Amino acid sequence: MKFSFSILLLIILCSSINFSETIIVSKSGKVKSISAALNLANDGDEILIEEGTYEEGNIIVKKSVKIRGKGFPVIDGKGDGEVFTVLADDVLIEGFIIKNSGISYLEENAGVRLEEVRNCTVTNNRFINNFFAVYLAKTANCLISNNHIEGIKKRETNSGNGIHLWYCKNITVEKNTILNHRDGIYFEFVRHGKIENNFSKGNLRYGLHFMFSDSCEYRKNTFELNGAGVAVMYTKNVLMEENIFKLNWGPASYGILLKEISDSEISNNLFEENSIGIYMEGCSRITIEQNDFVKNGWALKLMANSMGNYFYENNFVANSFDLSTNSRQNFNTFERNYWANYSGYDLDKDGYGDVPFRPVTMFSMMVEDQPTSLILLNSLFIKILDVAESIVPAITPKALTDPKPKMSSYN
Amino acid sequence: MNLMMKVLRYEIHNSIRSKWVILYTFFFFLLGYTLFSLSSDVNKAYISLMNIVLIVIPLVSLIFGAIYLYSSREFIEMMLSQPIDRKSLFTGIYFGTSIPLAAGYLIGIVTPFLIFGKVKEQTEGLMFLVLIGIALTFVFTAISFLITVLQDDKAKGLGLIILIWLIFSVIYDGIMLFVVYYFEEYPLEKVMIALSVINPIDLGRILFLMKFNISALMGYTGAVFQSFFGSTLGVLLSAIGLLLWIAVPLFFSTKIFRKKDF
Amino acid sequence: MIEIKNLNKKFGKNHVLKTISLSIVSGKVTAVVGPNGSGKTTLIKSVLGLVNQTDGEILVDGENTKGNFSYRNKIGYMPQAAKYPDNLTTNELLSLVKDLRANGDSRSKELIESFNLKSELEKPFKNLSGGTKQKVSVLISFAFNPQIYFLDEPTAGLDPISSSYFKDLVAKEKENKKTIVLTSHIMGEIQEIADEIVFLLEGEIKYKGTISSLLEHKKETKLERAIAELMSGVEK
Repeated sequence: MKFSFSILLLIILCSSINFSETIIVSKSGKVKSISAALNLANDGDEILIEEGTYEEGNIIVKKSVKIRGKGFPVIDGKGDGEVFTVLADDVLIEGFIIKNSGISYLEENAGVRLEEVRNCTVTNNRFINNFFAVYLAKTANCLISNNHIEGIKKRETNSGNGIHLWYCKNITVEKNTILNHRDGIYFEFVRHGKIENNFSKGNLRYGLHFMFSDSCEYRKNTFELNGAGVAVMYTKNVLMEENIFKLNWGPASYGILLKEISDSEISNNLFEENSIGIYMEGCSRITIEQNDFVKNGWALKLMANSMGNYFYENNFVANSFDLSTNSRQNFNTFERNYWANYSGYDLDKDGYGDVPFRPVTMFSMMVEDQPTSLILLNSLFIKILDVAESIVPAITPKALTDPKPKMSSYN
Repeated sequence: MNLMMKVLRYEIHNSIRSKWVILYTFFFFLLGYTLFSLSSDVNKAYISLMNIVLIVIPLVSLIFGAIYLYSSREFIEMMLSQPIDRKSLFTGIYFGTSIPLAAGYLIGIVTPFLIFGKVKEQTEGLMFLVLIGIALTFVFTAISFLITVLQDDKAKGLGLIILIWLIFSVIYDGIMLFVVYYFEEYPLEKVMIALSVINPIDLGRILFLMKFNISALMGYTGAVFQSFFGSTLGVLLSAIGLLLWIAVPLFFSTKIFRKKDF
Repeated sequence: MIEIKNLNKKFGKNHVLKTISLSIVSGKVTAVVGPNGSGKTTLIKSVLGLVNQTDGEILVDGENTKGNFSYRNKIGYMPQAAKYPDNLTTNELLSLVKDLRANGDSRSKELIESFNLKSELEKPFKNLSGGTKQKVSVLISFAFNPQIYFLDEPTAGLDPISSSYFKDLVAKEKENKKTIVLTSHIMGEIQEIADEIVFLLEGEIKYKGTISSLLEHKKETKLERAIAELMSGVEK
């Protein structure tokens, strides 16, 4: 038993050392297509594709091979089905221009699909005009990095997502650029994902969209000019830090839309020039700290069913509304934030204003109630009302104050 | 026209040396200077500037115009004994009052931008500030002249002026808010747009908002407003609205002035 | 030559000039006298076009004044207590008026010298004394050598030297066959300069004729007394 096991081990070792081959695919060579190379290949082999355009779609990878492009060969799916479908573990796809996976209303055709696999890597490719670009289903321990993904902006219905994850675990998505897809990055039922240094811009719907995806970390990503910003729902243990959310404009566009999120942390992010910086609905126990909210329409919109959230040490500068809410109650805590609109004084020189700040203005309540009144923004009449209200609160939530407003901004 | 230009030239000479115009210029200079040196954020400075511009320019144009015209009574008599027609004289005085005010504002507001070297990077915002301010100056001087020719009693006239200012800058918006709440079941976006084109202060405020609070306005309602005021038609109608606010009061005040006894 | 035909002026219900017909000839000084509120200033202002007539006709050298302004080229007007824009200087005002008028300021040099105005020319009006302002007013109305003068209380505020120079000036203009109309409260002054007198009371002309015939008629040597009698006589 022991003997036979060591022989088996030896055989495996030998095969991996002695029989690992590199198959070269080129237009003028012996092997002219990737599919042909895959037929010839054994597990552990490397397939090197020379420069050129290969019009072949539906390449199904069932062996654990490394597929590398030399000088960015173009793999054109010709709008029919998928380009690469990976069904084996330990596959690498690197250095390609992957084009034209088929648009379908029945199937989610991708440039590269990883289906029920482990330890795969998709790196350093350019994805152009695919329905979905990278699609991971029931997959774990994979890396998607340094890809440039660009869709051709169409309507939402015939545009798929840039990077799409469904029932995945331990996936790292980093340093990708995703442009003009439906959702830039889409997560559903994902655990322990790491999303770092990605740039998601100009997508039709969300720059980042995830739900039911607990314990994921989002760091140093930039989401800008997406149709509806970023939406995250029904999730807990989310960490979002040092991301940039900007220029997400529109009737329903958000820096981040948080729906039913709990026990999470959002810190050191920049929210700039969004219609709404953060919109919170049914959220609890989220810590929002040390973020910058600059030039947003609404820095924060906090719906009544959000409670136990903690906002501290954020900067609120030049927003049309710092905070609006539809409730006269308050179950959240605001502390030590810098509010550029604060006009109190600091007699004891401790760096914090001596009078509490009321971030919710009467006018913000009015706009919540009657959106058309927005046209009176900045009017002298409204200012008079706001001042009167701040002296004797009648409509705004009495308890919603920052008792220690910072006098100068945090760096 | 020729006679009007002659009067205008002398009126400008007179107004430019007026300590009030100089004070006015200095006020805007000081305002811009302090805002720029105090606040690190240009946007915040802009919004504060605009808020003050929208309050101060109508008020000062109204009061200055009225006081100037009331105190020019003897001068007007002297001028009318000269070979000049009344229309030329009146329009000459009107532009002779409004141009120095507008110029004072222009110099006062642009200088801080020059000092802080912000003209290049802020060209568009500055242009908004300048154009809206100048338009309001001409509008409210015209309104002020109309009231002054209608009301010979200086005290009553000045009272009326303050009332007019309150109506345009406060009461009107109160009425708009009332309309919003009273007719809440109806789609009011277009009504609100129409109402705000009618009031020159609101118009100035909204044109400015379109530039600087664009994110807030991109909500659903905001998008409706943006699509109007951002369109060529919207800009055209706004400009026409402002021009009418200059032309109509000026037309009627000239008409009254021509029939007046001195 | 000024001809006024059936001139009426109403300020609202107040009938200030009641069907006045009058012709004022050139080469003579005509004084318009009457108590306060009798319509003297309104009459002058009607001719100047400062007041719009209710009805009637006014001809200046045969030219109808209604809807017309060029005829004012011929007129020099000295208002009662002139006020000018605070920040303008005399020089600027003079060139403004010069700009508006057809004929040049041929006489301004002489007037500036006689009134000692040279040092005041560049000062803004707000810094000038009442007397100086009055001198400037004389300067403005005489400088352009007009055919017709309307002088409303011209010597009020003038010092004796300027006042006597002014009277000489008027006399000279009379010799030049100019038409001169003046009002004054000082009857002695009127008696001194004027030839003709128009006495207004409650908007009507109660007397028109030469001063000498009025004096003769009333058997008085002083115009003041004759006028006083005229007023009391009417009242009786």
